[in-house]
Amino acid sequence: MSGIDFEVVELGDADAVEVGERAPDFTRPLVDDEFWEDVSLSDLVAEGPVVLVFTTMDGAFPSTYMWNAIRDRGWGTEGGPAAEATVVGLSISTPYEHKTLVRERGMDYRLFADPSNAVAESYGIVNDLDGMEGVTEPRPAVFAIDSNQVVQYAWFASEWPDFPDYDEVEAALEDL
Amino acid sequence: MATTDAAITLYRLQACPFCERVVRKLDEYDLDYRSRFVEPMHSDRDIVKRISGKRTVPAIVDENTGVTMSESANIVSYLRDTYGTEHASAGTRAEAE
Repeated sequence: MSGIDFEVVELGDADAVEVGERAPDFTRPLVDDEFWEDVSLSDLVAEGPVVLVFTTMDGAFPSTYMWNAIRDRGWGTEGGPAAEATVVGLSISTPYEHKTLVRERGMDYRLFADPSNAVAESYGIVNDLDGMEGVTEPRPAVFAIDSNQVVQYAWFASEWPDFPDYDEVEAALEDL
Repeated sequence: MATTDAAITLYRLQACPFCERVVRKLDEYDLDYRSRFVEPMHSDRDIVKRISGKRTVPAIVDENTGVTMSESANIVSYLRDTYGTEHASAGTRAEAE
């Protein structure tokens, strides 16, 4: 008994893409602070390693926290962890919401918009949302993908809420 | 068609009839193009301003010719003058595939 009277929900097992497996390719609108256009994961991989960050829909506090942490740690930026990697996000939010998030967070990361949640399905990390009938989104997750599009590090939430161990991810990024 | 390595980039706004007019022409000439969607708010369209000097959409950048252009009527005539004569051969190619 911890004496803490709130509930951390167990999400149970997921049949997620594992380390050593090929990262499933997809094409979705990729949004920055000015515009969006269709981009494939393989387009990004052609330029180097990719860190793919799945979050809750924009506006939910876990996505805000995750992007604040990643921005402050400087993932994928010069002098930061995985400086040569492209760090991108993905949620079910629309391109319009993504643009707002990118601007409000002052973050130098682009976000894939996947309202269908089909990408999370292909990565085996769907989270059915209790109390939002018909809406599913990805579990919070981080996949580090090398330049052969092979997953070298994978984390996904097993509780709700749950956050990545940023130090652990950064250790894995050193080997990308 | 929409591919990321297309020579033509179309800056467009969702549900903008002037943009759709350009899309129809691009499709008619079977041209590969990349779509970049921008803000409904005119004042927020800095990317369009940087490439074309104006904030209006549609705007296209054609790497085949080095042309950047806005105003749908201008773009449609440009596409007709540049690619219109290839229309017949493009149609033949599509039929052959």
